[in-house]
Amino acid sequence: MIDLNLAIDRNPEGPAPQLELGHLDTLWLQVTGTVCNLACLHCFISCGPKNESHPFMELEEVRRAVETAAEMGVKEFYFTGGEPFMHPQIREMIALTLEHGPLSVLTNGVLIDEELAGWLAEVFRTSRYNFDVRVSLDGTTPEENDAIRGRHTFEKILSGAQRLHQAGLNPVFTVTTCHAELAESAGRQRFFDLLAERGITRPRLKFLAPFKIGREERRGGAYEDFERLREGMLDEEARQSLQCSSCRMVTAKGVYPCPILIEEEGARMGDTLEDAMGPIKLDHPACYTCFVEGVTCRT
Amino acid sequence: MSDLRRFAVFGGVYNNFLSLEATLRDARALGCEAIFCLGDMGGFGPQPDRVFPLLRDVPDLYVMQGNYDHSIGNRLEDCACGYTDPRDNYYAQISYDYTLANTADAHKDWLRDLPTEFRHDWAGKRVLMAHGSPRQVNEFLWESMCPDAFLEHLLKSYEADVLFVTHTGIPWKRELEGGRQVINVGAIGRPANNGRTSVDYALVEVDDEGVRVAFREVAYDHEALAALMREEKLPEPFVETILTGWWTTCLEVMPARERALGVY
Repeated sequence: MIDLNLAIDRNPEGPAPQLELGHLDTLWLQVTGTVCNLACLHCFISCGPKNESHPFMELEEVRRAVETAAEMGVKEFYFTGGEPFMHPQIREMIALTLEHGPLSVLTNGVLIDEELAGWLAEVFRTSRYNFDVRVSLDGTTPEENDAIRGRHTFEKILSGAQRLHQAGLNPVFTVTTCHAELAESAGRQRFFDLLAERGITRPRLKFLAPFKIGREERRGGAYEDFERLREGMLDEEARQSLQCSSCRMVTAKGVYPCPILIEEEGARMGDTLEDAMGPIKLDHPACYTCFVEGVTCRT
Repeated sequence: MSDLRRFAVFGGVYNNFLSLEATLRDARALGCEAIFCLGDMGGFGPQPDRVFPLLRDVPDLYVMQGNYDHSIGNRLEDCACGYTDPRDNYYAQISYDYTLANTADAHKDWLRDLPTEFRHDWAGKRVLMAHGSPRQVNEFLWESMCPDAFLEHLLKSYEADVLFVTHTGIPWKRELEGGRQVINVGAIGRPANNGRTSVDYALVEVDDEGVRVAFREVAYDHEALAALMREEKLPEPFVETILTGWWTTCLEVMPARERALGVY
């Protein structure tokens, strides 16, 4: 009950909580920066064909970050963007990362043709560690999905995912619950039904709450003043469940606490991973979403 | 080799008193001086109370609390698996409700008060046993998800040379540099999604040379267990797993790599 009272406090007082990095379990790499072939309306970092606020990472930057994290005993790697498959050296990046640990690549699926699907499935079959591809899909009909991800994307996404599945790699589908009913069990069931119709009978799904920043702020509205974390709101369990207690995000422009905050002022922690091992301040309204919704960007 | 010592380590009983009996019999026949159970007594199988006489107040047996035991022991509402697949959630809840309703209060109290870690010194090696991982009872250590350097980090942080865990239900082991080892002993309550109806535990041999671990396959009367599960009206997909060796539910937590080795 105490949590509930705090959550509806319209004027929370006091400083934002600090959060230590327990251990670097997860390394995120923004391999294609904010450059994307789509411009989804709910994107929390306004990625698109023309947003170069974070550029592509160089192969050597990726190698350095992956090797440094591996020396620290990292548990898993994630590639995101932007759209990772726009990077001309994405295959080298995938191969070198899988030498050190399991990897998930987050994609919109649009660029996955038959040849790429075959290559990815072969990597899945032969790499020492687990390899996942996570495809974003934001509705169970073209109308629902395309209103968020752009015209004609529904079929392109599903075709890409089906190619992966046919090649032998069962992708994870990520659904951002901009349409609130999709988060309910009946809404979730619709995804299972849709994917079964497409031959994906045992799908893996991840549901994510939207973050009210970036382009999503313009679509769905901004955070209200009360949506802030304050000292005393987090017990030890809540602290540990926040992804940023065990992850960092590397981009071509430096290191950030998590995948969400890379365009937020003051969030940059340093040039290299070694610079970014200190505590962070949970002073951004997006931190409130992670706490209240129990969000983790991990699969 | 008079100074050879043998131990057995297993986990994941899942109400399967028949495979538990067979495992203990096998380990004792091989002369194991101590047997370690790494937790998760309940779930999945029939008649939960039948495992406790085999586990409680037995001199050569040391039993640890798993996350399921914590939930049952503290009379929580679910196993906190948190599946998003409605099918997985449905079956997990049936199994949990059944186990909670059919476990005697005295056994629940016993589960609630079990230790959560064992430490030993075997041939100068610091041996640590935990349920999920040394840092978190419900952390899954799957083979395809554990980089060597991450395991080294766990061993260093928790001051161990040999680490035994369970929780995932699929056995694997890895040798690291300097003779350090991590062993996931799998589960004895349910086959390991490999098409075999038998189950596995870890047989440990210790002498001056060090600590050697091998998996030991145990066959048991799985058809009798399946019949009893049907009598108890437990879900047919659970029975199928016992009869075929393939997992049918709760697959969501399994990494794609391990899952691709199964049929679902």
